[in-house]
Amino acid sequence: MSLLEVRGLGKSYGALRALDAADLDVAAGEFHGLIGPNGSGKSTLLKCIAGAEMPTEGSIRLGTADVTRLPPPERARAGLSLKFQITSVLPQLCVYDNVLLALQAGDSLFDLLLSRSRRRLDEQVKALLSRFRLDGRAQDLAGHLSHGEQQWLEIAMALACRPTLLLLDEPTAGMSPQERRATGELLEPLRGECALLIVEHDLGFIGEICDSLTVLDQGQVVATGPLAEVQASERVAQAYLNHG
Amino acid sequence: MPEELISGPARLAPPARVAARARALLPGIELGLLALALVLPPFLEDFWVLFATRVAILSLLALSFDLVWGYAGIMSFGQALFSGMAGYCTALLATQLGVTSVFVLLGTGALVGLFVALAVAALVILGKRAPSLVFVSLGTLTGSYVVERLARGWSFVGGQNGIPSLPRLTLGRFEIAEGPMFYYLALFVLVLVYVGLRFFTRSQLGLVLAGMRQQEGRIAFFGYRLQHLKGVTFCLAGLIAGISGCLYAFHEGYVGPGQLGPVQSTQVVLYVLFGGVGTLVGAVLGVSLVDLFSYFLSQRFETAWPIVLGVLLLLIVMYRPSGLIGLLVSDRERIGSFGRGGKTGEKPR
Ligand SMILES: Nc1ncnc2c1ncn2[C@@H]1O[C@H](COP(=O)(O)OP(=O)(O)O)[C@@H](O)[C@H]1O
Ligand SMILES: [Mg+2]
Repeated sequence: MSLLEVRGLGKSYGALRALDAADLDVAAGEFHGLIGPNGSGKSTLLKCIAGAEMPTEGSIRLGTADVTRLPPPERARAGLSLKFQITSVLPQLCVYDNVLLALQAGDSLFDLLLSRSRRRLDEQVKALLSRFRLDGRAQDLAGHLSHGEQQWLEIAMALACRPTLLLLDEPTAGMSPQERRATGELLEPLRGECALLIVEHDLGFIGEICDSLTVLDQGQVVATGPLAEVQASERVAQAYLNHG
Repeated sequence: MPEELISGPARLAPPARVAARARALLPGIELGLLALALVLPPFLEDFWVLFATRVAILSLLALSFDLVWGYAGIMSFGQALFSGMAGYCTALLATQLGVTSVFVLLGTGALVGLFVALAVAALVILGKRAPSLVFVSLGTLTGSYVVERLARGWSFVGGQNGIPSLPRLTLGRFEIAEGPMFYYLALFVLVLVYVGLRFFTRSQLGLVLAGMRQQEGRIAFFGYRLQHLKGVTFCLAGLIAGISGCLYAFHEGYVGPGQLGPVQSTQVVLYVLFGGVGTLVGAVLGVSLVDLFSYFLSQRFETAWPIVLGVLLLLIVMYRPSGLIGLLVSDRERIGSFGRGGKTGEKPR
């Protein structure tokens, strides 16, 4: 049984069909790529899975739980974690506090009030920061980080929630080739930690880290399966040729 | 939704370490004000002791508003509703049942404030979806207005005249008279609440509030149930407003419909915007300075003073959204840091 099972998912914005009867399966621990031309509904699909948008029809199952109608915090608690396409770190908090905020999210309000986990989480914060090459910048405001560093911080924060499925929307957008390579290196060790559903334009990048691939076009899934098979398929080539 | 709260490459340039240079000013300001407040009464004439007592009591109400708006981002125009209801209930307890114990009355005031806030929160904050700013501010404003109208029309609570000639608060056999005694009582409560709020806002829960203010749409995706958090903060603020309302009523020896209504609530909003939202000390400064200005302006410009004051407030709010305290304290310090400090050796505050 797959970890994430999306069935017949549809999302309309007024007359616009952003998603149309999309099916998607992600197995536990699998690295799954999601590609498609601009406006094909990739971000919409991720948002529907994370709860940022409510689908118009269809269902989403995570593990044994039907999460289709759950609000975002409950989905996060069920094991979903999302990095939005547009970076949204907390600009006026320092980098350290950004990660702490994400790490402590499972605590009860009472424990938070008494700051019970402040000491205990210190090590985990530092470990995450050094893993994402941010240890030198712990006390800097997140808003002062470079674009690439902000992306890494966001991934660190998304991981801090200990997801079973991590959703990343274009984590390397706007990055230099070096930063892009570094990001690949940072994501690789996640294998065994969680499953990954990643939207990415760079097919080379996808080819390096993903096991399987889904292609969206105009809100519809045109191909899905193991990486090599999908890359070879003709409809994919067509979708890309038609829309550039 | 978060996508609109863009960060983006616009803020690429990392300015030199502003943080390391910024000295911590807030604790100094706080301790200075406290020292001043402690030694003040012997140097003041009676009128000014009453004035200072009123400032201390209204500071509680301002703190309550600062907590909901400056920390939890809830625009409430109903803080006076909580304090006024507490004032009425404790006044009735004193006049109808002869209760005058300061503990019982303050405790009752706090509970009344808490439960009225809970009721309001259930109506305007704790819905299925996050309510809009406008909805909450209009909701609380309307509530405040309606209750003031009801109080004006209800003879049991004195109608237009309110409930006059309240007895004095007592501590054991001891009566707490207006003047230095009442001043120190109010100051004591203010310091207690202040210290409590400082603990609250600097805790890990305070970190969640800080995150919520910056990217409300984002942090729900970490698993925070923001409605609960807002509800809890709103109720805590109601409790503080309740204490303030009880003290106010017994200090004036009177409670009336004006203390419930939108005018009083708006006054509190002005105090805090003027002094500085999101710093506790800003709320206290706001009350002190606005009331002092109002007094002196009213001496000089008998009729025009509200206009002068209004223009002054407007200028501050337009040019210093962080209020007067924003002139002294950097944003960085205002927001603070919540972790265990890092290499810079900064103390977590
Ligand atoms: N909030 C919205 N309101 C209206 N239309 C939207 C909204 N979000 C996305 N869309 C539209 O839905 C389609 C899919 O968008 P999106 O999922 O962002 O595409 P992708 O991420 O694949 O580039 C686009 O045509 C886009 O214009
Ligand atoms: Mg997109």
